[in-house]
Amino acid sequence: MSMLFSANAQWVLLSTLILGMASGMIGCLAYWKRQSLMSDALSHAALPGVVIGFALIGSKNLPVMIAGAAVSALLGALLIQWIRTSSRIKEDTAMGMILSVFFGLGIMLLTIVNRTAGGNQSGLDSFIFGQAASMVRKDVTIMLFLAAVVILVVCIAFKEWKLFLFDPEFARGLGLNNRLMNSVYLAVLVLVIVIGIQAVGVILMAALLIIPSVSARYWTHSFKWMVILSAIFGGGAGMTGTLISTMGVGWPTGPFIVVASSALFVISIVFGSEKGLLIKALQLRAQKRQHVYAVMERSSAERGGGMG
Amino acid sequence: MTVLAVHGLSASYRKNKVLHDVTFNVEPGSLTSIVGPNGAGKSTLLKVMLELHPKLSGTVSFFGSTHSKMKKRIGYVPQRGSVDWDFPTNALDVVMMGLYGQVGWLKWPNRSHKEKALASLEQMGMADFAERQISQLSGGQQQRVFLARALVQDADLYFMDEPLAGVDAATERAIMTTLKELKEKGKTVMVVHHDLQTVEDYFDHVLLLNRTVVAHGKTQDVFTKDNVYRAYGGTLRWMREA
Repeated sequence: MSMLFSANAQWVLLSTLILGMASGMIGCLAYWKRQSLMSDALSHAALPGVVIGFALIGSKNLPVMIAGAAVSALLGALLIQWIRTSSRIKEDTAMGMILSVFFGLGIMLLTIVNRTAGGNQSGLDSFIFGQAASMVRKDVTIMLFLAAVVILVVCIAFKEWKLFLFDPEFARGLGLNNRLMNSVYLAVLVLVIVIGIQAVGVILMAALLIIPSVSARYWTHSFKWMVILSAIFGGGAGMTGTLISTMGVGWPTGPFIVVASSALFVISIVFGSEKGLLIKALQLRAQKRQHVYAVMERSSAERGGGMG
Repeated sequence: MTVLAVHGLSASYRKNKVLHDVTFNVEPGSLTSIVGPNGAGKSTLLKVMLELHPKLSGTVSFFGSTHSKMKKRIGYVPQRGSVDWDFPTNALDVVMMGLYGQVGWLKWPNRSHKEKALASLEQMGMADFAERQISQLSGGQQQRVFLARALVQDADLYFMDEPLAGVDAATERAIMTTLKELKEKGKTVMVVHHDLQTVEDYFDHVLLLNRTVVAHGKTQDVFTKDNVYRAYGGTLRWMREA
């Protein structure tokens, strides 16, 4: 716990908070584009790029590895799109293929690099499950900056995102450039994935994109509030998970972040004010009771009428 | 001047050619129904004209110019089923979307935009539902919200894809009243329509389509038994005796 009080730890906490917020917001876009699984495929697809980025420089250099991850994830996205449009294979199958092939390739490269001199101390393994504590001040600064860019992109074009996600054909008729919107969407999705993989890891990064947005869905009927709540849930889960992972030496961050956001999801699905299980059950019970009373009243009135 | 001129338009969907050599002109102030059997390419025709679907060949001109230059003068009401009504937003918000072109990209709508949207909802008899979640609206109400969204665009030429499909009688009346008002204001409206029984009552022009134009002109001239049989082939079940 003592690391809580170090300046570095505070920076790391801040970075997972902002990362969680950014991915919560992007998660809402992915949710309404029906592409939650896409984020999972792309985060797995980032791994080979991370390893190649490391191998090229020969040491851990975050900007290079982030660039490698971005190239690799974008390549994965392009391949998914290519498979979908040029063959009979459906998108979910294409995503499954790319996810496993890229991840397999990444692990293979990782094993090779780890055997080389210096490779085994590189901390490359932490990119699989995430190790927020391994981030240095410079990494945190880069992450904060990129996450802020992502958040800004969602905020300044908020009305355009809403239109684009709800009715892209109508948007096109109004003159919105859907191709540009798609490209920006893919860019911010990849950006949030690549800045998140050091803290959360390639395997679990998708959870931070998917879970906060579905949790937020249980609390609101407004897109604006869904995005805000998703950001709060994502940020909260990011911070909580990081805090817990600092309690033990070498504990990975990713799994704790996922557990924290899953806890929020369970709370949301049970207690959520919109379509939450509890609200639904209470409403059903109230309706049943009303129905029974109505039937009783009617039958007693009929009996009364018959006797009179 | 013609509002819309389509010449030699062809388009395909996957492997199948859906539209072949479609040619017609539309006069200003006309209310045209596009009628034809399932798979005749009615929706595709709208989408190709609006550049939402690629064409193989042919030209489409709006007000003597291109679609991209005349975008602001063209309104579109997609099929109700083309969007996810579970999307978290309310009726007013959907109507506001029709104003986004006027608001300008990356800018926020102001009070006057909101008032316009509310007036449009009122025109469609939906004023009481402005704050209602779109998922909680009936099919007819959803269609009226779509109409209201098109009205705020204040376009000169409207395309509507099956606005009367599966709606209640009150909505049908509200929509038809609106269409006639648009026509009286000199606007041009093209409607994909499925109900042969109401074509004569509702529309002054008709475009009979079956992959290509079977007949096009004033309803009283071209909406004949012969033409309808030609458009529908053997699939026609019912037609009012002339």
